[in-house]
Amino acid sequence: MKENDKVTATLKDAQAGTIAVDSVAKASNAMVSNASQSAGPTPDFSKFKPSNALLKQREWKSRIMAGVIGLAFVIAMIPLISLLWTTIARGVKRLNLNFLTFNMSGVIGGMPTPSGGHGGIEHAIIGTLEVTLGAMLISVPVGLMCAIYLTEYARGSKFAKAISLLVNVMSGIPSIVAGLFAFSLFAILMGPGVSNGFEGSVALSILMIPTVVNSSVEMLRIVPDDLREASYALGVTKSRTIVKVVLRTALPGIVSGVILAIARVIGETAPLLMTAGFIVTTNWNLFSGQMTTLPVFVYQEYSKMSVTCPPNAGPGCVASIPSERSWAAALVLIAIVLVLNLVGRLVQHLFSVEAK
Amino acid sequence: MGQRIDVEHLNVYYGDFLAVQDVNLNIQANKVTAFIGPSGCGKSTVLRTLDRMHEITPGARVEGKVLLDGHDLYAKGVDPVAVRRDVGMVFQKANPFPTMSIRENVLAGIRLNNRHISKSDADELVEWALRGANLWNEVKDRLDKPGIGLSGGQQQRLCIARAVAVHPQVLLMDEPCSALDPISTLAVEDLINELKRDYTIVIVTHNMQQAARVADYTAFFNLKAVGKPGHLEYFSDTTTMFNNPQNEEAERYISGRFG
Amino acid sequence: MANTSESGSAVEAMPAAAGQIGAGLGASAGGGANDRRDGLDFTNAKSGRHSQDKVFHAVAVGCGALILVALGAVVLFLLLRAWPIFAGPQAKTSAVFASLSGGKAHGFWQYVGPLVFGTVVIAALALAIAFFVAVGVALFITFYARKRIQTVLNYVVDLLAAIPSVIYGLWGALVLVPAMYPFWNWISTHLGWIPLFAGPAANPPRTVASAAVILAIMIMPIITSMTRDIFAATPRLDQEAALALGATKWEMIKLTALPFAKSGMVSASMLALGRALGETMAVMMVLSPGMTYSWHWLQASKSQTIAANIAAQYPEADSLGVSALIATGLVLFVITFVVNLLARRITKKGGAR
Repeated sequence: MKENDKVTATLKDAQAGTIAVDSVAKASNAMVSNASQSAGPTPDFSKFKPSNALLKQREWKSRIMAGVIGLAFVIAMIPLISLLWTTIARGVKRLNLNFLTFNMSGVIGGMPTPSGGHGGIEHAIIGTLEVTLGAMLISVPVGLMCAIYLTEYARGSKFAKAISLLVNVMSGIPSIVAGLFAFSLFAILMGPGVSNGFEGSVALSILMIPTVVNSSVEMLRIVPDDLREASYALGVTKSRTIVKVVLRTALPGIVSGVILAIARVIGETAPLLMTAGFIVTTNWNLFSGQMTTLPVFVYQEYSKMSVTCPPNAGPGCVASIPSERSWAAALVLIAIVLVLNLVGRLVQHLFSVEAK
Repeated sequence: MGQRIDVEHLNVYYGDFLAVQDVNLNIQANKVTAFIGPSGCGKSTVLRTLDRMHEITPGARVEGKVLLDGHDLYAKGVDPVAVRRDVGMVFQKANPFPTMSIRENVLAGIRLNNRHISKSDADELVEWALRGANLWNEVKDRLDKPGIGLSGGQQQRLCIARAVAVHPQVLLMDEPCSALDPISTLAVEDLINELKRDYTIVIVTHNMQQAARVADYTAFFNLKAVGKPGHLEYFSDTTTMFNNPQNEEAERYISGRFG
Repeated sequence: MANTSESGSAVEAMPAAAGQIGAGLGASAGGGANDRRDGLDFTNAKSGRHSQDKVFHAVAVGCGALILVALGAVVLFLLLRAWPIFAGPQAKTSAVFASLSGGKAHGFWQYVGPLVFGTVVIAALALAIAFFVAVGVALFITFYARKRIQTVLNYVVDLLAAIPSVIYGLWGALVLVPAMYPFWNWISTHLGWIPLFAGPAANPPRTVASAAVILAIMIMPIITSMTRDIFAATPRLDQEAALALGATKWEMIKLTALPFAKSGMVSASMLALGRALGETMAVMMVLSPGMTYSWHWLQASKSQTIAANIAAQYPEADSLGVSALIATGLVLFVITFVVNLLARRITKKGGAR
């Protein structure tokens, strides 16, 4: 009953008899029929109004979720900060010019070398640069031309779709499998026991090609078709249009993509363990003999962990030298990766046409 | 000097879809011919067949003939790339090359084709083309600045300069003013009037006042219904087209009753 | 193939053009004198220019096809090199498996079984840990952080993704593992009645749980950066509509962003899972390996992953042993292949909507 009263009251307030409550209907028949045609039922909104308690509860829930999300963020930051901090703090201890300019030959246990250091990563830096350069020389032309094929020649064709799918499959290949592949390839073609830097380059390029293809495709796609048409309309051939207009316009993005791809593979360890190998001396020849790379060096020194200093060794002997070298090399590696990332992003930011 | 274009029984297909049907058209040398008509009637499509630009769209093909001064552009062995050097094109949206300066944009047609050009020749050509596009006085002090730094109207005139710098016989313009403000539009229209001394000009426009202002001849394209092929409904000199059209559909369109 | 090549196919696609309407309109062949600087000979430039175009096209197609060849070569050479372990004499191969597994296995499937189990369990556990944190971080970046901080945070996430796995491994083994012992110990004493957490917790905890944590840290940025992009693409109008109806911020996220990003989050997780399955160094450096089907996550020497097992055993393996390891690598390849394919499927379906 109470409900009913409320309804009538609302109706009277609104001066629009929309629900055919008897009394109102009798009072003014014409008006009711008129109004009911135009308006239909009027819901009682006061019924739907959320209670204050509910509102508060919802607001609290929202705040709690904000807290949870913030907490997730904090949790995620802890490892990053810890990792960077430890690497820097423990890495700087052995990081000096001597460490960067000598290799590991002549290093005996924890004893200092004649040069006054405890061995270094010169050979590993050279190895990393050469192996990565080799991977780059393979994957950039192949990846870029493949991207050109996908965007400029075969947009949407079945073969192109199949290739795109395969690129994605390839980008999912675990790095260790890429290493096994390069190892098998060289073992079968060149005979067992072959191990050289170039083998590592091949393994890395399996990992790098899909990254280069994907980033280049993305960059070529955002080159407006207007520019291609403008070039064609000037009587420029397709290949020249692609090289001089499309590639030129997309260049900053492509370069940035390549740099980021390098940053990704430069830290690869597992595939290089089984392909490029590990030696203590400097090897400049990419195509012959084993080659140490920085990540492999980090791992090898980590697995040595420590050396024993004989009792008569004197104060120059450092028992924990391998792990100290490992951290220092890790710091160098992290610095290289971060600088590459930064440069990659800067290139895109500073030189991209859209940004201007 | 410009050259005449004769279109004979031209059908344009996109895949299996017949987009434009049986166009016959004689475009006079050193005159401005405007293509008008409702959206989707195929006027831009026909324009793009005149320099074989439609072929860029996958699956696009034509039947029939387009004769440039009597030479069939679609004859066997004709190189579309060579065709486009004789038939220049200006697009709806100004599209200067963003990586190039104003000067490089003008020289793009030559440089992109790897033709060698001496510095003095290049200077001469740049000035000639930019003067021809009524742009020289505005940009002569900043030729090495990027072309995309110019205003919309200036960019469009830069694109015209770029097109004339390869010295074509014909200039095709696909709604060149549709993205411009009235003052820039006027500048481009003045330019078109001057350019017809040296080139045959074909212009697609949505703006009938513009067609009336700049064109000597006007072709009215129409389509029977959406999804049906477009066709050339009526072609005459511009005065007749706008004052006394001998075609009911054209009259209806021009008087603003549809389209 | 579609005739997108304007150089070659376009001309051939015009069979009707030549000579169909020859008769009365005939000037086409005659030509005639004209005052053009280079004449109206459209064919003159053809030979040189077009061969250049064709070579370029051919190289592009070749590089596209090379992807196919490379992938085929990966499978082929792995199979070839693994073949001896399947074709070799029974006695010899079973001896190889016995030495690789410390006497626990005598056949391939017996050998690879616990490895597959370990790989899948550790990767799945890592995903379970990483997923919620990663989505939380993505939500934080997109909806809670201020614009300027967003850019910094995006860079930090990319940075996390870029850190080499060997450094995660180094840090995990020397910093994280010792630091986590009290936590695992607490869990095993208080939640030890759940079989998964049955104690005693190993010290140092070079366990499945610790390996999963380090993997979770490594795959988190992958999920974050992908979901963040999708959250950022949530239609603004939807968000505003929700807020205009009086929804709280969390309700807005729940009503618009989460449903919008659902398939994207799933496919990002699958891709991250693919990465976790194949991760080598961090697992090898953190985990103390074992060859069992154990569910005791806090005890050491219970499980091992395929990838870490290959890297760990490879240096000491003889030729036949390497074949066996490569065979396990093929199994890993198949697993990651399936997971990645599933991820792409889901993305495609989500995109079609």
